[in-house]
Amino acid sequence: MYATTYHKPKTLAEAVKLYTNSDEPSYLSGGHTLIPTLKSRLAAPAHLIDVRNIPELFGIEVTADKVIIGSATKHAVVAASGEIKAAIPALSGLAGSIGDVQVRHMGTIGGSTANNDPAADYPAAVLSLDATLHTDRREIPAEDYFQGLYTTALEPGEILVRVEFKTPEIAGYAKFRNPASRYSMAASFVARHRDGHIRVAITGAGNEGVFRWTEAEELLTVNFSAEALEGLTIDPSRMMGDMHAPADYRAHLVAVMTRRAVQNLGGTHIL
Amino acid sequence: MSRITITVNGAPQTREVEDRTMLVQFIREHLGLTGTHVGCDTSQCGACTIHLDGEAVKSCTVLAVAADGSQVTTIEGLAEGGKLHDVQQAFREHHGLQCGYCTPGMIMASVDMIRRHDGMLDEHTVRHELEGNICRCTGYHNIVKAVLDAAEKHRAAHAVAAE
Repeated sequence: MYATTYHKPKTLAEAVKLYTNSDEPSYLSGGHTLIPTLKSRLAAPAHLIDVRNIPELFGIEVTADKVIIGSATKHAVVAASGEIKAAIPALSGLAGSIGDVQVRHMGTIGGSTANNDPAADYPAAVLSLDATLHTDRREIPAEDYFQGLYTTALEPGEILVRVEFKTPEIAGYAKFRNPASRYSMAASFVARHRDGHIRVAITGAGNEGVFRWTEAEELLTVNFSAEALEGLTIDPSRMMGDMHAPADYRAHLVAVMTRRAVQNLGGTHIL
Repeated sequence: MSRITITVNGAPQTREVEDRTMLVQFIREHLGLTGTHVGCDTSQCGACTIHLDGEAVKSCTVLAVAADGSQVTTIEGLAEGGKLHDVQQAFREHHGLQCGYCTPGMIMASVDMIRRHDGMLDEHTVRHELEGNICRCTGYHNIVKAVLDAAEKHRAAHAVAAE
């Protein structure tokens, strides 16, 4: 890792000011993607601005129809929250399936959502649960937020403050993990919202990162059951392919995981 | 460079460190506590597991400056007055190690696991929860036995305390 200068601002305004006035800055949250990236010298920010001392970035609020989570909240805290488990068990289970125990003690929802790794878990929940991303300067609907691999609508210096999920009528999450890295090779988050609309978000598989599988949504709108998805396939040209799983295998997994998510509504199915 | 103070195994330690220093480097090279190991150095193997403010984390992926003001426990901080911690003792009795390289991380992760579950563990849960710790001797069988034994001791001790 190259030399860098560390900052620990205590307010949002101070963090943004540091970012604006620094040459080659980067925000740091749990660091469980960023620090390995710095150690392998794939990035070399001159200034690291740690956001974990800013009080607005913490806290969980569960209302009648929303679950709102501060961006610096760790995965372990989300997974352990009884309130979240009662409101959206699939979201709670998703948080508890990220990485391993030690990773969940450091990694944060904001870090995962801001980084938008194509194999990260949270982006699937954000998109499927029709979330609103609150930043230091505006609100962004999930639909407009994800813009391709490691790319989001966040402007340089913009800080994700909290994620506001719509509590669905029911949701399920199914994930097939890479047996070595434990990252998703294909995962599907299926939600039926209270107004009846269905959202299916796929992570780990698409060559443009997380995406909505609209064909599956249409079939599930007519018949909300795994049987409705029998025979539905996805074009492998939309899939990532690598040494772990070629595109056609990932396409197959997307269909299987989506059916499994529907078969496991109200929880998760982690393989 | 930053001047930081981290309380390690109960003793405040103040050092001048480069901002890029990892917590594991601070523990091993600045404090000379070499019980915490570096295996993969990519937050996968768990050999560097320590407790940061009471929670198991991989110290190869935490900046020392970010831990300024925190409480850290390393493998050296578990035994009390020459008496091994129950988890250390269980690893010894069940031969929960082969080469021993992963052992400090395994023990720190196990202490954290037993605390979080208040000793209520079964074999499936132990194996699942140790997914962040890799033993390349593949000596998991005795490691799991050791954790289950220590968990049982934890439950027994707490049952006695409750009476």
